[in-house]
Amino acid sequence: MNQSKGISKRIGSIQFAYMSPEEKRDLSATKIITPDTYDDDGFPIEMGLMDAHLGVIEPGLRCKTCGGRVDECSGHFGHIELAMPVIHIGYVKEIKKLLRSTCSECGRILLEEEKTTEYLDRMEEMREMGGSPLDIRNLAKEISKDARKKGRCPHCNTDQPKIKLDKPTTFREENTKLTPKEVRARLERIPDNDLWALGINPDVTRPEYMVLKVLLVPPVTVRPSITLESGDRSEDDLTHKLVDILRINQRLRENRDVGSPQLIVEDLWDLLQYHATTYFDNQTSGIPPARHRSGRTLKTLIQRLKGKEGRFRQNLSGKRVNFSARTVISPDPWLSINEVGVPERASRELTVPLKVTPMNLDYAKELIKRGPSPSTEDGEYLPGVNYMIRPDGRRIKVTETNAEAVAEKAEPGFTLERELKDGDIVLFNRQPSLHRMSMMAHEVKVVPGKTFRLNLAVCPPYNADFDGDEMNLHVLQSEEARAEAKVLMRVQEHILSPRFGGPIIGAIQDHISGLFFLTYDNPTFTREEVVSIFSNLETDRFPEPVEEDGNKIWKGKDIFSYFLPDDLNMEFKASICQKCETCDKEECQNDAYVKIEDGQLEHGTIDENAVSAFAGEVVDKIARDYGTDAGRKFIDQITTIALAVITLRGFTTTIEDEEIPDKAENQIESVLTDAENKVRNLIEAYKDGELEELPGRGQKETLEVKVMKELGKARDDAGKIASKHLGLSNNAVVMARTGARASMLNLTQMAGALGQQAIRGERPSRGYEERTLSHFKRKELGAESRGFVRSSYKDGLNPVEYFFHSMGGREGLVDTAVRTARSGYMQRRLINALEDLMVADDGTVRNTADKVIQFDYGEDGIDPMRSKRGDAVNMDDVIREFKKRGE
Amino acid sequence: MGSAEKEEINVLKHGLVPDHRLLSREEEKETLEELDVGKENLPKILKSDPAIKHLEKVHGDINVGRVVEVKRKSRTAGIATAYRLVVKRE
Ligand SMILES: [Mg+2]
Ligand SMILES: [Zn+2]
Ligand SMILES: [Zn+2]
Ligand SMILES: [Zn+2]
Repeated sequence: MNQSKGISKRIGSIQFAYMSPEEKRDLSATKIITPDTYDDDGFPIEMGLMDAHLGVIEPGLRCKTCGGRVDECSGHFGHIELAMPVIHIGYVKEIKKLLRSTCSECGRILLEEEKTTEYLDRMEEMREMGGSPLDIRNLAKEISKDARKKGRCPHCNTDQPKIKLDKPTTFREENTKLTPKEVRARLERIPDNDLWALGINPDVTRPEYMVLKVLLVPPVTVRPSITLESGDRSEDDLTHKLVDILRINQRLRENRDVGSPQLIVEDLWDLLQYHATTYFDNQTSGIPPARHRSGRTLKTLIQRLKGKEGRFRQNLSGKRVNFSARTVISPDPWLSINEVGVPERASRELTVPLKVTPMNLDYAKELIKRGPSPSTEDGEYLPGVNYMIRPDGRRIKVTETNAEAVAEKAEPGFTLERELKDGDIVLFNRQPSLHRMSMMAHEVKVVPGKTFRLNLAVCPPYNADFDGDEMNLHVLQSEEARAEAKVLMRVQEHILSPRFGGPIIGAIQDHISGLFFLTYDNPTFTREEVVSIFSNLETDRFPEPVEEDGNKIWKGKDIFSYFLPDDLNMEFKASICQKCETCDKEECQNDAYVKIEDGQLEHGTIDENAVSAFAGEVVDKIARDYGTDAGRKFIDQITTIALAVITLRGFTTTIEDEEIPDKAENQIESVLTDAENKVRNLIEAYKDGELEELPGRGQKETLEVKVMKELGKARDDAGKIASKHLGLSNNAVVMARTGARASMLNLTQMAGALGQQAIRGERPSRGYEERTLSHFKRKELGAESRGFVRSSYKDGLNPVEYFFHSMGGREGLVDTAVRTARSGYMQRRLINALEDLMVADDGTVRNTADKVIQFDYGEDGIDPMRSKRGDAVNMDDVIREFKKRGE
Repeated sequence: MGSAEKEEINVLKHGLVPDHRLLSREEEKETLEELDVGKENLPKILKSDPAIKHLEKVHGDINVGRVVEVKRKSRTAGIATAYRLVVKRE
């Protein structure tokens, strides 16, 4: 494999070293001595912090070092000569290590000569064997650890006092302070040969460089000053910090030179150390962070890089991009699933580059002539051109006044930034982007208003709703990107999800209710109704009517069949199936057995199991067997029809949908009272120790299990009684049974009883001493005091019930919050581990070094997107096909 | 425990350890040709791996550079076959 194609040089290794004072002086463009920045006329002061040798930040000026202009010169370092040395906060650990493992007198490593040689030989061997720098560093750590154990120098026999680090930067030796100067002197004494053993390469650096004599001053481009509207200058935090350092440095030098008392000099020295420390890291523990005059803590070097808002995570791993837009989303059933509605405001701002060629020159001129924000005579949106770009890169803005003139200048080779128009390919995205369907390619449809609009059938892949969700849109800028997006990322290519090998785009909510009303018990529709329904589609054809009592009428199942391919054959159970013990199949009393023969819906009701995202069998089969075009068309049409039907019929739900007869309510009452009595008996038995223990459980556990079971059964029985009176003539029930929204449990909890509330799967038991609430008796175990809610939502909960219900509700919220955080982190780690693996042409999974990770993708080589719920083939389908051929 | 003889457990007989089989030199050549994978790109197995130790009881010393076939149960494919190159620990 030629992986290195186009690469002429390769990095062999990188070496890091401490920088010497001399190197810093060599690197420096100027020495900085005054803490002042600009003079009264606003010019940078020579040898000040804004010295013109450090680079340029103002347009028009030139750099005094290289002569470059603003975008030509990236800036130059300066330097400060420190009056007294200070310790670099980043190296305290390393300094401590070195001080402890070397002699305070002679500077030698605290190991016998033979031992050192032995270690050095081992290190050399490691290096020869191609050992990684990490291994060598670990050995160096081991060596210094070994050296630290000695209390006496084996070379000069001096006793070694214990060295302590007083955080953050003060070293003490038996309670006498070591000044940075002394620390530096000790580091200077360590001989080159011993440094190897301590993990430092003396050919490139020396440990005493960790104690700073010279401080590098970053170029002004790194810390630009901002001119406020008032004309005042506001300096960067780093500049502020450097000013502090320079001021103290100056005072320290003066005091030292005039021979001030040692105490004063030391105080100033400590202050210089403080400023140098906070200049590097303003969150050093043990010292107060340096603050701005306003009280805000300063953002110094480490703060610029570290954390979520640091340079790496904010500006390097992820960036802001051009040609993108973000706004609130809203639904639009008139769009195709492949489309996205883009508001005019956004369409005017977002552009597609249009290359002017001899072939499109006239069209290009026409576009430019329209001027900015053009529209038709009826006020309808027309795409215009915002900029014309000449081959030399010059951008010409198209305005009302210059449109004609610019159009005349247009030539082949120029590029126009054309505003969005219908049909442009864009990427549409909703965060969190958890799977590939979170970012899909759509076709633009320019719409009025201020929101992005999308078809309701694409809500599931984005996991979007319209309670204020916002989404992002990216306009593709090259022909290749557009082609690639259209082939790989288009919405219709994602009807089948690789997540579970089934549809993820399909009917939801009212679509499902609507199709239920269209097909359940095969209702009839009049000519007017059918015309009204079909007027929503771009078709001039109708399904065939049937003759009934001399009138032409249309059957619901025929209307649905109109959208099925002619050779479609399927059999499955609808969502409304009651799961009778023996299925009557075609004869089903509930019209729940779906049978499609040669594209004709012969039996059964169309609901969740037929057309929904996630479960829709028909959507699945059409997208799989008839192609994504057919899939898109099917979804677009049946959702439109469903909405037309449900609009025609009318659909609502009320609290009365949970109303059940008094008789049923009484039944439920007695079921619950019975259950509570049984629980009371169980508790009696428990107290008498007569409970028959379940295998592997004690008395208490047995009681809890039995009580939970009894109360669970009571809730279910109450639900069953309520359900008997909740039939398909009830809209709430229609939604629950068809899978459009909610579940029968939700309804029975409204009509019947809420049931037991659980905390971590058990009845609530804590709160007060041996009871859940203060007004219960201690050790009380009854249903009421342990979170059983016998009221229904409709009746309303009493305060105690309400409290227990809130406990359960809180647990649910906490669980989801914890789960998302944890699974997010797990996913992040998985993605980081797997991101550069790919399936090679031969079906193996390989990494970028071409090493085999898996011999066959997924071990079976199956694309999960094309699988049937994970299986390579749908056996039921194959068998049905063969049976059919046999007939 | 202590100085008593340790009973060697044959890990290969454990239900959770996949089948390991040493490929003969010919098989090795054929397999690699068929897979069109260079030896250096195969997944590795340490010579000190218990599975190799037990294979060595049958085949004698197994040199670094030999290839073993690993057949493991797979949720998707039933049985999945992989090949591993025997390597020495660094
Ligand atoms: Mg939302
Ligand atoms: Zn410059
Ligand atoms: Zn010594
Ligand atoms: Zn049935």
